[in-house]
Amino acid sequence: MTLANAALANETASYLAHVRRKRLYGGALLALFALLMLSGFKLANDRNAGGFWDGLHRIFDFPAEIFSEAFVNWRNLPGLFVKFVPSLIETLNIAAVSTLFGALAAAALALLSTRGLSLWPRMTPLFRRMMDVMRAIPEIVIALVLIFLLGGGPVPAMIAIAFHTTGALGKLFSEAAENADTKPVEGLASVGAGWAQRMWFGILPQVAPNWSSYALLRFEINIRASAILGFVGSGGIGYDLKTALQWGQGKYDAVVAIFALLFLTIMIVDHISDRARARLVKGERAA
Amino acid sequence: MHLDVRNVSKRFGSKAAVERMSFTLDGSGFVGIIGRSGAGKSTFLRMLNRLTDATEGEILADGKDVLKLRGAEKRAWQSQCAMVFQQFNLVPRMDVASNVLHGLLGRRPMMATLFNLWSEDDIARALAILDRLGIAEQAPKRAEALSGGQQQRVAIARALMQDPEIILADEPIASLDPMNAQIVMDTLKRINVEDGRMVIANLHTLDTARRYCDRVIGMRDGRVVFDGTPEQLTRGAARDIYGADASFSESATSTDLGALQPDDQYAAALLGD
Repeated sequence: MTLANAALANETASYLAHVRRKRLYGGALLALFALLMLSGFKLANDRNAGGFWDGLHRIFDFPAEIFSEAFVNWRNLPGLFVKFVPSLIETLNIAAVSTLFGALAAAALALLSTRGLSLWPRMTPLFRRMMDVMRAIPEIVIALVLIFLLGGGPVPAMIAIAFHTTGALGKLFSEAAENADTKPVEGLASVGAGWAQRMWFGILPQVAPNWSSYALLRFEINIRASAILGFVGSGGIGYDLKTALQWGQGKYDAVVAIFALLFLTIMIVDHISDRARARLVKGERAA
Repeated sequence: MHLDVRNVSKRFGSKAAVERMSFTLDGSGFVGIIGRSGAGKSTFLRMLNRLTDATEGEILADGKDVLKLRGAEKRAWQSQCAMVFQQFNLVPRMDVASNVLHGLLGRRPMMATLFNLWSEDDIARALAILDRLGIAEQAPKRAEALSGGQQQRVAIARALMQDPEIILADEPIASLDPMNAQIVMDTLKRINVEDGRMVIANLHTLDTARRYCDRVIGMRDGRVVFDGTPEQLTRGAARDIYGADASFSESATSTDLGALQPDDQYAAALLGD
Protein backbone atom coordinates (compact mmCIF):
# COMPACT_ATOMS: atom_id res chain seq x y z
CA MET A 1 0.00 0.00 0.00
CA THR A 2 3.01 2.33 0.39
CA LEU A 3 3.71 4.63 -2.49
CA ALA A 4 6.63 4.28 -4.86
CA ASN A 5 9.55 6.63 -4.22
CA ALA A 6 8.53 9.08 -6.93
CA ALA A 7 4.97 9.22 -5.63
CA LEU A 8 6.17 9.86 -2.07
CA ALA A 9 8.45 12.68 -3.29
CA ASN A 10 5.44 14.09 -5.13
CA GLU A 11 3.25 13.87 -2.06
CA THR A 12 5.95 15.50 0.09
CA ALA A 13 6.46 18.33 -2.42
CA SER A 14 2.75 19.09 -2.61
CA TYR A 15 2.44 19.12 1.18
CA LEU A 16 5.48 21.41 1.46
CA ALA A 17 3.90 23.78 -1.08
CA HIS A 18 0.70 23.72 0.99
CA VAL A 19 2.71 24.59 4.14
CA ARG A 20 4.60 27.41 2.39
CA ARG A 21 1.35 28.92 1.12
CA LYS A 22 -0.15 28.83 4.61
CA ARG A 23 2.95 30.47 6.09
CA LEU A 24 2.87 33.19 3.43
CA TYR A 25 -0.77 34.03 4.19
CA GLY A 26 -0.13 33.93 7.93
CA GLY A 27 2.90 36.22 7.66
CA ALA A 28 1.07 38.71 5.42
CA LEU A 29 -1.88 38.85 7.84
CA LEU A 30 0.44 39.38 10.80
CA ALA A 31 2.26 42.23 9.01
CA LEU A 32 -1.05 43.86 8.08
CA PHE A 33 -2.28 43.57 11.65
CA ALA A 34 0.89 45.13 13.08
CA LEU A 35 0.69 47.97 10.53
CA LEU A 36 -2.97 48.73 11.35
CA MET A 37 -2.30 48.70 15.09
CA LEU A 38 0.66 51.05 14.75
CA SER A 39 -1.06 53.54 12.46
CA GLY A 40 -4.24 53.42 14.53
CA PHE A 41 -2.35 54.13 17.69
CA LYS A 42 -0.55 57.07 16.07
CA LEU A 43 -3.85 58.52 14.85
CA ALA A 44 -5.47 58.13 18.25
CA ASN A 45 -2.50 59.71 20.00
CA ASP A 46 -2.50 62.69 17.59
CA ARG A 47 -6.17 63.35 18.26
CA ASN A 48 -5.73 63.08 22.00
CA ALA A 49 -5.62 66.51 23.69
CA GLY A 50 -2.82 65.57 26.09
CA GLY A 51 -0.86 62.76 24.51
CA PHE A 52 -0.30 59.22 25.72
CA TRP A 53 3.37 59.41 26.72
CA ASP A 54 3.04 62.88 28.37
CA GLY A 55 0.13 61.75 30.53
CA LEU A 56 1.31 58.24 31.33
CA HIS A 57 3.19 59.09 34.52
CA ARG A 58 0.15 60.93 35.92
CA ILE A 59 -2.10 57.87 35.70
CA PHE A 60 -1.67 56.98 39.35
CA ASP A 61 -2.07 60.53 40.72
CA PHE A 62 -5.83 60.22 41.30
CA PRO A 63 -5.81 56.79 42.96
CA ALA A 64 -2.83 57.96 45.07
CA GLU A 65 -4.79 61.00 46.24
CA ILE A 66 -7.82 58.86 47.13
CA PHE A 67 -5.81 56.21 48.96
CA SER A 68 -3.61 58.65 50.87
CA GLU A 69 -6.67 60.43 52.23
CA ALA A 70 -8.41 57.16 53.10
CA PHE A 71 -5.22 55.99 54.79
CA VAL A 72 -5.17 59.08 57.02
CA ASN A 73 -8.85 58.62 57.95
CA TRP A 74 -8.73 54.81 58.24
CA ARG A 75 -10.67 54.95 61.51
CA ASN A 76 -13.77 56.00 59.55
CA LEU A 77 -13.75 52.89 57.32
CA PRO A 78 -15.60 50.37 59.57
CA GLY A 79 -18.35 52.92 60.23
CA LEU A 80 -18.61 53.66 56.50
CA PHE A 81 -18.86 49.94 55.69
CA VAL A 82 -21.88 49.61 57.98
CA LYS A 83 -23.40 52.80 56.60
CA PHE A 84 -23.25 51.61 52.98
CA VAL A 85 -24.41 48.01 53.50
CA PRO A 86 -28.15 48.80 53.00
CA SER A 87 -27.49 50.49 49.66
CA LEU A 88 -25.19 47.61 48.68
CA ILE A 89 -28.07 45.21 49.36
CA GLU A 90 -30.32 47.34 47.14
CA THR A 91 -27.71 47.17 44.36
CA LEU A 92 -27.38 43.39 44.77
CA ASN A 93 -31.15 43.00 44.68
CA ILE A 94 -31.39 44.95 41.44
CA ALA A 95 -28.63 42.78 39.94
CA ALA A 96 -30.14 39.49 41.12
CA VAL A 97 -33.69 40.18 39.97
CA SER A 98 -32.58 41.50 36.59
CA THR A 99 -30.25 38.52 36.07
CA LEU A 100 -33.05 36.10 36.92
CA PHE A 101 -35.65 37.66 34.62
CA GLY A 102 -33.07 38.31 31.92
CA ALA A 103 -31.82 34.71 32.02
CA LEU A 104 -35.36 33.26 31.84
CA ALA A 105 -36.22 35.41 28.83
CA ALA A 106 -32.82 34.63 27.30
CA ALA A 107 -33.42 30.87 27.65
CA ALA A 108 -36.70 31.10 25.74
CA LEU A 109 -35.26 33.36 23.04
CA ALA A 110 -32.11 31.23 22.75
CA LEU A 111 -34.03 27.99 22.12
CA LEU A 112 -36.28 29.76 19.64
CA SER A 113 -33.31 31.12 17.71
CA THR A 114 -31.09 28.02 17.62
CA ARG A 115 -30.79 26.27 14.30
CA GLY A 116 -32.14 22.75 14.46
CA LEU A 117 -33.99 23.24 17.74
CA SER A 118 -36.35 26.10 17.02
CA LEU A 119 -40.10 25.65 17.30
CA TRP A 120 -40.60 27.82 14.22
CA PRO A 121 -37.42 27.47 12.14
CA ARG A 122 -38.45 30.27 9.76
CA MET A 123 -38.69 32.74 12.62
CA THR A 124 -35.13 32.24 13.93
CA PRO A 125 -33.74 35.35 12.15
CA LEU A 126 -36.47 37.45 13.80
CA PHE A 127 -35.54 36.25 17.30
CA ARG A 128 -31.87 36.75 16.52
CA ARG A 129 -32.42 40.35 15.44
CA MET A 130 -34.49 40.93 18.59
CA MET A 131 -31.53 39.89 20.70
CA ASP A 132 -29.18 42.05 18.60
CA VAL A 133 -31.35 45.08 19.35
CA MET A 134 -31.39 44.25 23.05
CA ARG A 135 -27.61 44.13 23.10
CA ALA A 136 -27.14 47.22 20.98
CA ILE A 137 -29.03 49.72 23.16
CA PRO A 138 -26.86 50.82 26.12
CA GLU A 139 -28.40 50.07 29.52
CA ILE A 140 -27.91 53.64 30.61
CA VAL A 141 -30.07 54.97 27.76
CA ILE A 142 -32.95 52.65 28.65
CA ALA A 143 -32.56 53.54 32.32
CA LEU A 144 -32.62 57.29 31.59
CA VAL A 145 -35.75 56.99 29.46
CA LEU A 146 -37.49 54.84 32.07
CA ILE A 147 -36.46 57.16 34.92
CA PHE A 148 -37.98 60.01 32.92
CA LEU A 149 -41.21 58.04 32.48
CA LEU A 150 -41.47 56.19 35.80
CA GLY A 151 -39.42 58.38 38.11
CA GLY A 152 -36.18 57.45 39.89
CA GLY A 153 -35.77 54.21 41.85
CA PRO A 154 -34.70 50.62 41.45
CA VAL A 155 -37.43 49.50 39.02
CA PRO A 156 -36.13 51.36 35.92
CA ALA A 157 -32.61 50.05 36.60
CA MET A 158 -33.97 46.53 36.97
CA ILE A 159 -35.82 46.69 33.65
CA ALA A 160 -32.87 48.26 31.84
CA ILE A 161 -30.39 45.64 33.05
CA ALA A 162 -32.79 42.74 32.46
CA PHE A 163 -33.32 43.97 28.87
CA HIS A 164 -29.60 44.01 28.13
CA THR A 165 -29.05 40.70 29.97
CA THR A 166 -31.69 39.01 27.79
CA GLY A 167 -29.84 40.01 24.64
CA ALA A 168 -26.37 39.17 25.90
CA LEU A 169 -27.21 35.86 27.56
CA GLY A 170 -29.53 34.85 24.73
CA LYS A 171 -26.64 34.84 22.28
CA LEU A 172 -24.37 32.84 24.59
CA PHE A 173 -27.18 30.42 25.52
CA SER A 174 -28.00 29.86 21.88
CA GLU A 175 -24.38 29.04 21.05
CA ALA A 176 -24.23 26.55 23.91
CA ALA A 177 -27.49 24.97 22.74
CA GLU A 178 -26.19 24.75 19.18
CA ASN A 179 -23.30 22.60 20.39
CA ALA A 180 -25.60 20.29 22.32
CA ASP A 181 -26.01 16.75 21.11
CA THR A 182 -29.30 16.35 19.20
CA LYS A 183 -29.49 12.57 19.67
CA PRO A 184 -31.41 12.79 22.97
CA VAL A 185 -33.84 15.20 21.29
CA GLU A 186 -34.36 12.70 18.49
CA GLY A 187 -34.91 9.96 21.05
CA LEU A 188 -37.54 12.04 22.83
CA ALA A 189 -39.21 12.96 19.54
CA SER A 190 -39.44 9.26 18.74
CA VAL A 191 -41.61 8.69 21.81
CA GLY A 192 -43.91 11.55 20.84
CA ALA A 193 -42.69 14.33 23.15
CA GLY A 194 -43.74 17.90 22.40
CA TRP A 195 -41.32 20.75 21.74
CA ALA A 196 -41.26 22.01 25.33
CA GLN A 197 -40.74 18.46 26.63
CA ARG A 198 -37.93 17.84 24.15
CA MET A 199 -36.16 21.02 25.23
CA TRP A 200 -36.76 20.42 28.93
CA PHE A 201 -35.49 16.82 28.99
CA GLY A 202 -33.21 16.70 25.95
CA ILE A 203 -31.42 20.04 25.87
CA LEU A 204 -31.58 21.62 29.34
CA PRO A 205 -29.64 18.88 31.18
CA GLN A 206 -26.87 19.17 28.58
CA VAL A 207 -26.57 22.95 28.61
CA ALA A 208 -27.23 23.52 32.32
CA PRO A 209 -23.53 23.74 33.35
CA ASN A 210 -22.71 26.23 30.57
CA TRP A 211 -25.88 28.25 30.96
CA SER A 212 -25.52 28.57 34.70
CA SER A 213 -21.89 29.63 34.49
CA TYR A 214 -22.79 32.27 31.88
CA ALA A 215 -25.67 33.46 34.08
CA LEU A 216 -23.45 33.68 37.16
CA LEU A 217 -20.83 35.65 35.24
CA ARG A 218 -23.64 37.92 34.05
CA PHE A 219 -24.72 38.36 37.69
CA GLU A 220 -21.25 39.69 38.51
CA ILE A 221 -21.36 42.04 35.52
CA ASN A 222 -24.85 43.16 36.54
CA ILE A 223 -23.71 44.07 40.07
CA ARG A 224 -21.30 46.52 38.47
CA ALA A 225 -23.94 47.69 35.99
CA SER A 226 -26.50 48.35 38.71
CA ALA A 227 -23.85 50.29 40.67
CA ILE A 228 -23.23 52.46 37.60
CA LEU A 229 -26.94 53.08 37.08
CA GLY A 230 -26.99 54.58 40.57
CA PHE A 231 -25.11 57.50 39.00
CA VAL A 232 -28.18 58.44 36.96
CA GLY A 233 -30.60 58.18 39.87
CA SER A 234 -31.74 54.62 40.34
CA GLY A 235 -30.54 54.31 43.93
CA GLY A 236 -28.24 51.72 45.41
CA ILE A 237 -24.57 52.03 46.14
CA GLY A 238 -23.89 53.84 42.86
CA TYR A 239 -25.77 56.89 44.13
CA ASP A 240 -23.55 57.01 47.23
CA LEU A 241 -20.45 56.59 45.09
CA LYS A 242 -21.49 59.46 42.84
CA THR A 243 -22.13 61.74 45.82
CA ALA A 244 -18.78 60.85 47.37
CA LEU A 245 -16.84 61.32 44.13
CA GLN A 246 -18.52 64.65 43.35
CA TRP A 247 -17.82 65.91 46.84
CA GLY A 248 -14.15 65.33 46.13
CA GLN A 249 -11.55 65.80 48.85
CA GLY A 250 -12.85 65.02 52.31
CA LYS A 251 -15.08 62.16 51.08
CA TYR A 252 -12.41 59.92 49.59
CA ASP A 253 -12.57 57.53 52.54
CA ALA A 254 -16.20 56.86 51.55
CA VAL A 255 -15.06 56.17 47.97
CA VAL A 256 -12.53 53.62 49.19
CA ALA A 257 -15.12 52.00 51.48
CA ILE A 258 -17.57 51.63 48.57
CA PHE A 259 -14.95 50.16 46.23
CA ALA A 260 -13.83 47.74 48.93
CA LEU A 261 -17.44 46.63 49.47
CA LEU A 262 -17.97 46.11 45.72
CA PHE A 263 -14.72 44.17 45.42
CA LEU A 264 -15.62 41.95 48.39
CA THR A 265 -19.08 41.32 46.96
CA ILE A 266 -17.73 40.28 43.57
CA MET A 267 -15.19 38.03 45.27
CA ILE A 268 -17.85 36.31 47.37
CA VAL A 269 -20.18 35.88 44.39
CA ASP A 270 -17.30 34.42 42.36
CA HIS A 271 -16.49 31.97 45.14
CA ILE A 272 -20.09 30.84 45.55
CA SER A 273 -20.66 30.50 41.82
CA ASP A 274 -17.48 28.42 41.50
CA ARG A 275 -18.80 25.99 44.11
CA ALA A 276 -22.26 25.88 42.59
CA ARG A 277 -20.86 25.17 39.15
CA ALA A 278 -18.56 22.39 40.37
CA ARG A 279 -21.57 20.81 42.06
CA LEU A 280 -23.62 21.03 38.90
CA VAL A 281 -20.94 19.65 36.59
CA LYS A 282 -19.54 16.85 38.75
CA GLY A 283 -22.61 15.97 40.76
CA GLU A 284 -23.35 16.15 44.47
CA ARG A 285 -20.23 14.38 45.70
CA ALA A 286 -17.72 16.86 44.31
CA ALA A 287 -18.99 19.82 46.31
CA MET B 1 16.36 -1.46 26.83
CA HIS B 2 16.17 -3.19 30.16
CA LEU B 3 13.03 -2.42 32.16
CA ASP B 4 12.80 -3.38 35.82
CA VAL B 5 9.46 -2.73 37.52
CA ARG B 6 9.68 -3.03 41.32
CA ASN B 7 6.73 -2.95 43.68
CA VAL B 8 4.88 -0.22 41.82
CA SER B 9 1.56 0.78 43.41
CA LYS B 10 -1.05 3.38 42.67
CA ARG B 11 -3.80 4.16 45.15
CA PHE B 12 -6.71 6.51 44.73
CA GLY B 13 -7.71 7.21 48.32
CA SER B 14 -8.06 3.81 49.96
CA LYS B 15 -8.66 1.99 46.66
CA ALA B 16 -5.63 0.46 44.95
CA ALA B 17 -5.63 0.56 41.15
CA VAL B 18 -2.21 -1.11 40.92
CA GLU B 19 -0.86 -3.06 43.91
CA ARG B 20 2.86 -3.93 44.25
CA MET B 21 3.43 -4.75 40.58
CA SER B 22 6.83 -6.26 39.73
CA PHE B 23 8.37 -7.77 36.59
CA THR B 24 11.39 -7.30 34.32
CA LEU B 25 11.58 -6.92 30.56
CA ASP B 26 14.63 -7.26 28.36
CA GLY B 27 15.36 -6.49 24.75
CA SER B 28 12.63 -5.64 22.32
CA GLY B 29 9.72 -7.99 22.68
CA PHE B 30 6.03 -7.55 22.04
CA VAL B 31 4.44 -7.61 25.49
CA GLY B 32 0.71 -7.84 26.04
CA ILE B 33 -0.93 -6.89 29.32
CA ILE B 34 -4.34 -8.51 29.60
CA GLY B 35 -7.13 -8.38 32.13
CA ARG B 36 -10.69 -7.18 32.36
CA SER B 37 -11.46 -3.49 32.53
CA GLY B 38 -10.54 -1.91 35.85
CA ALA B 39 -7.67 -4.36 36.41
CA GLY B 40 -5.11 -1.54 36.45
CA LYS B 41 -3.63 -2.03 32.95
CA SER B 42 -4.15 1.57 31.83
CA THR B 43 -2.98 3.00 35.15
CA PHE B 44 0.27 1.06 34.82
CA LEU B 45 0.98 2.29 31.28
CA ARG B 46 0.15 5.84 32.32
CA MET B 47 2.61 5.57 35.21
CA LEU B 48 5.30 4.23 32.89
CA ASN B 49 4.77 7.20 30.57
CA ARG B 50 4.57 9.51 33.60
CA LEU B 51 1.10 10.78 32.72
CA THR B 52 0.12 9.65 36.23
CA ASP B 53 2.36 9.63 39.29
CA ALA B 54 2.87 6.35 41.14
CA THR B 55 2.13 6.18 44.84
CA GLU B 56 5.20 4.05 45.54
CA GLY B 57 7.75 1.75 43.91
CA GLU B 58 10.31 2.27 41.18
CA ILE B 59 10.67 1.56 37.47
CA LEU B 60 14.31 1.25 36.40
CA ALA B 61 14.96 1.87 32.70
CA ASP B 62 18.57 0.84 32.04
CA GLY B 63 19.23 1.39 35.73
CA LYS B 64 17.62 4.83 36.06
CA ASP B 65 14.41 5.26 38.07
CA VAL B 66 12.01 6.98 35.69
CA LEU B 67 9.38 7.56 38.38
CA LYS B 68 11.65 10.11 40.05
CA LEU B 69 12.39 12.20 36.93
CA ARG B 70 11.25 15.82 36.89
CA GLY B 71 11.08 18.70 34.42
CA ALA B 72 13.29 18.36 31.33
CA GLU B 73 14.50 14.87 32.29
CA LYS B 74 10.90 13.68 32.62
CA ARG B 75 10.01 15.09 29.20
CA ALA B 76 13.11 13.46 27.71
CA TRP B 77 11.91 10.11 29.08
CA GLN B 78 8.42 10.70 27.70
CA SER B 79 9.87 11.29 24.26
CA GLN B 80 11.65 7.93 24.68
CA CYS B 81 8.48 5.97 25.40
CA ALA B 82 5.73 6.91 23.01
CA MET B 83 2.07 6.37 23.90
CA VAL B 84 -0.79 5.27 21.65
CA PHE B 85 -4.27 5.72 23.13
CA GLN B 86 -7.59 3.92 22.75
CA GLN B 87 -9.32 7.08 21.51
CA PHE B 88 -6.28 8.12 19.37
CA ASN B 89 -5.94 11.47 21.23
CA LEU B 90 -5.08 13.47 18.11
CA VAL B 91 -5.79 17.17 17.69
CA PRO B 92 -8.92 16.83 15.56
CA ARG B 93 -8.85 20.23 13.83
CA MET B 94 -5.21 20.09 12.72
CA ASP B 95 -4.00 18.32 9.61
CA VAL B 96 -2.57 14.81 9.71
CA ALA B 97 1.05 15.80 9.03
CA SER B 98 0.97 18.43 11.82
CA ASN B 99 -0.36 15.80 14.20
CA VAL B 100 2.55 13.53 13.28
CA LEU B 101 5.02 16.41 13.73
CA HIS B 102 3.72 16.84 17.28
CA GLY B 103 5.91 13.84 18.08
CA LEU B 104 8.84 16.29 18.00
CA LEU B 105 7.32 18.83 20.41
CA GLY B 106 9.70 17.86 23.21
CA ARG B 107 12.79 18.43 21.07
CA ARG B 108 12.23 21.60 19.07
CA PRO B 109 12.32 25.27 20.23
CA MET B 110 8.98 26.28 21.74
CA MET B 111 8.28 29.47 19.77
CA ALA B 112 8.87 27.74 16.42
CA THR B 113 6.49 24.92 17.32
CA LEU B 114 3.79 27.36 18.49
CA PHE B 115 3.74 28.91 15.02
CA ASN B 116 3.88 25.49 13.36
CA LEU B 117 7.27 26.29 11.80
CA TRP B 118 8.83 22.87 11.15
CA SER B 119 11.95 22.36 9.06
CA GLU B 120 11.54 20.76 5.64
CA ASP B 121 13.57 17.77 6.82
CA ASP B 122 11.13 17.19 9.67
CA ILE B 123 8.17 17.49 7.31
CA ALA B 124 9.76 15.08 4.83
CA ARG B 125 10.37 12.59 7.65
CA ALA B 126 6.74 12.87 8.82
CA LEU B 127 5.54 12.19 5.28
CA ALA B 128 7.91 9.22 4.97
CA ILE B 129 6.52 7.72 8.20
CA LEU B 130 2.95 8.27 7.00
CA ASP B 131 3.92 6.58 3.74
CA ARG B 132 5.34 3.62 5.63
CA LEU B 133 1.96 3.21 7.33
CA GLY B 134 0.20 3.60 3.98
CA ILE B 135 -1.57 6.92 4.59
CA ALA B 136 0.78 9.52 3.02
CA GLU B 137 -1.97 10.78 0.74
CA GLN B 138 -4.01 11.84 3.83
CA ALA B 139 -1.30 14.30 5.02
CA PRO B 140 -3.09 17.61 4.31
CA LYS B 141 -6.50 16.44 5.61
CA ARG B 142 -7.83 17.29 9.04
CA ALA B 143 -7.34 14.43 11.50
CA GLU B 144 -11.07 14.41 12.35
CA ALA B 145 -11.95 13.66 8.71
CA LEU B 146 -10.23 10.25 8.86
CA SER B 147 -11.75 6.92 9.83
CA GLY B 148 -10.94 5.40 13.21
CA GLY B 149 -8.40 2.96 11.81
CA GLN B 150 -6.64 5.71 9.86
CA GLN B 151 -6.61 7.98 12.92
CA GLN B 152 -4.99 5.23 14.97
CA ARG B 153 -2.32 4.87 12.30
CA VAL B 154 -1.73 8.64 12.48
CA ALA B 155 -1.30 8.23 16.24
CA ILE B 156 1.23 5.45 15.62
CA ALA B 157 3.01 7.71 13.12
CA ARG B 158 3.19 10.41 15.82
CA ALA B 159 4.70 7.81 18.14
CA LEU B 160 7.26 6.81 15.47
CA MET B 161 8.14 10.48 14.91
CA GLN B 162 9.40 10.44 18.51
CA ASP B 163 11.85 7.69 17.46
CA PRO B 164 11.15 5.97 20.78
CA GLU B 165 12.70 2.88 22.29
CA ILE B 166 9.37 1.75 23.71
CA ILE B 167 5.86 2.16 22.32
CA LEU B 168 3.07 1.91 24.87
CA ALA B 169 -0.33 1.11 23.41
CA ASP B 170 -3.33 1.52 25.70
CA GLU B 171 -6.14 -0.62 24.23
CA PRO B 172 -5.12 0.44 20.70
CA ILE B 173 -7.86 -1.54 18.97
CA ALA B 174 -10.75 -1.37 21.43
CA SER B 175 -12.51 1.38 19.42
CA LEU B 176 -11.96 -0.20 16.02
CA ASP B 177 -13.84 -2.65 13.87
CA PRO B 178 -12.22 -6.10 13.41
CA MET B 179 -10.61 -5.30 10.03
CA ASN B 180 -9.03 -2.03 11.17
CA ALA B 181 -8.04 -3.69 14.44
CA GLN B 182 -6.04 -6.21 12.48
CA ILE B 183 -4.34 -3.51 10.38
CA VAL B 184 -3.35 -1.59 13.51
CA MET B 185 -2.06 -4.68 15.34
CA ASP B 186 -0.11 -5.78 12.23
CA THR B 187 1.41 -2.28 12.08
CA LEU B 188 2.51 -2.42 15.70
CA LYS B 189 3.97 -5.92 15.16
CA ARG B 190 5.85 -4.71 12.07
CA ILE B 191 7.37 -1.81 14.00
CA ASN B 192 8.34 -4.23 16.73
CA VAL B 193 10.02 -6.67 14.33
CA GLU B 194 11.50 -4.29 11.75
CA ASP B 195 12.71 -1.48 14.05
CA GLY B 196 13.40 -3.54 17.15
CA ARG B 197 11.33 -1.23 19.34
CA MET B 198 9.74 -2.72 22.45
CA VAL B 199 5.95 -2.64 22.33
CA ILE B 200 3.83 -2.92 25.48
CA ALA B 201 0.15 -3.16 24.62
CA ASN B 202 -2.89 -3.35 26.88
CA LEU B 203 -5.33 -5.75 25.31
CA HIS B 204 -8.59 -7.07 26.56
CA THR B 205 -9.06 -9.97 24.22
CA LEU B 206 -7.17 -13.23 24.64
CA ASP B 207 -7.06 -14.13 20.97
CA THR B 208 -5.24 -10.87 20.08
CA ALA B 209 -2.72 -11.42 22.86
CA ARG B 210 -2.10 -15.02 21.72
CA ARG B 211 -1.63 -14.00 18.13
CA TYR B 212 0.76 -11.05 18.50
CA CYS B 213 2.59 -11.21 21.82
CA ASP B 214 5.89 -12.84 22.75
CA ARG B 215 5.04 -12.48 26.38
CA VAL B 216 1.77 -12.00 28.23
CA ILE B 217 1.27 -10.39 31.63
CA GLY B 218 -2.13 -10.99 33.21
CA MET B 219 -3.53 -8.55 35.73
CA ARG B 220 -6.45 -8.85 38.08
CA ASP B 221 -7.54 -6.24 40.62
CA GLY B 222 -4.23 -4.37 40.29
CA ARG B 223 -1.97 -7.43 40.79
CA VAL B 224 0.08 -9.49 38.36
CA VAL B 225 -1.53 -12.95 38.32
CA PHE B 226 0.14 -14.36 35.22
CA ASP B 227 3.48 -13.79 33.52
CA GLY B 228 4.62 -16.07 30.73
CA THR B 229 4.53 -16.98 27.07
CA PRO B 230 1.27 -17.18 25.12
CA GLU B 231 1.66 -20.99 25.09
CA GLN B 232 1.59 -21.08 28.89
CA LEU B 233 -1.68 -19.15 28.86
CA THR B 234 -3.95 -22.12 29.47
CA ARG B 235 -7.67 -22.00 29.94
CA GLY B 236 -7.19 -22.23 33.71
CA ALA B 237 -4.75 -19.32 33.68
CA ALA B 238 -7.17 -17.23 31.64
CA ARG B 239 -9.93 -18.08 34.10
CA ASP B 240 -7.73 -16.72 36.90
CA ILE B 241 -7.02 -13.50 35.04
CA TYR B 242 -10.61 -12.78 34.14
CA GLY B 243 -11.93 -13.99 37.48
CA ALA B 244 -14.62 -16.05 35.80
CA ASP B 245 -16.26 -19.22 37.11
CA ALA B 246 -16.26 -22.70 35.56
CA SER B 247 -18.64 -21.63 32.79
CA PHE B 248 -15.95 -19.27 31.44
CA SER B 249 -15.44 -19.68 27.75
CA GLU B 250 -12.53 -18.04 26.01
CA SER B 251 -14.75 -16.83 23.21
CA ALA B 252 -16.53 -14.52 25.66
CA THR B 253 -13.48 -12.28 25.60
CA SER B 254 -13.35 -12.22 21.82
CA THR B 255 -14.79 -9.46 19.67
CA ASP B 256 -15.64 -12.00 17.01
CA LEU B 257 -19.40 -12.37 17.26
CA GLY B 258 -19.46 -15.71 15.45
CA ALA B 259 -17.35 -17.25 18.21
CA LEU B 260 -20.19 -17.03 20.70
CA GLN B 261 -22.84 -19.72 20.71
CA PRO B 262 -26.34 -18.30 20.24
CA ASP B 263 -28.04 -18.08 23.64
CA ASP B 264 -31.41 -19.71 22.98
CA GLN B 265 -32.46 -19.56 26.59
CA TYR B 266 -31.99 -15.79 26.72
CA ALA B 267 -33.80 -15.29 23.44
CA ALA B 268 -36.68 -17.46 24.63
CA ALA B 269 -36.92 -15.52 27.88
CA LEU B 270 -37.08 -12.24 25.97
CA LEU B 271 -39.49 -13.26 23.28
CA GLY B 272 -41.75 -15.81 24.97
CA ASP B 273 -44.61 -14.39 27.01
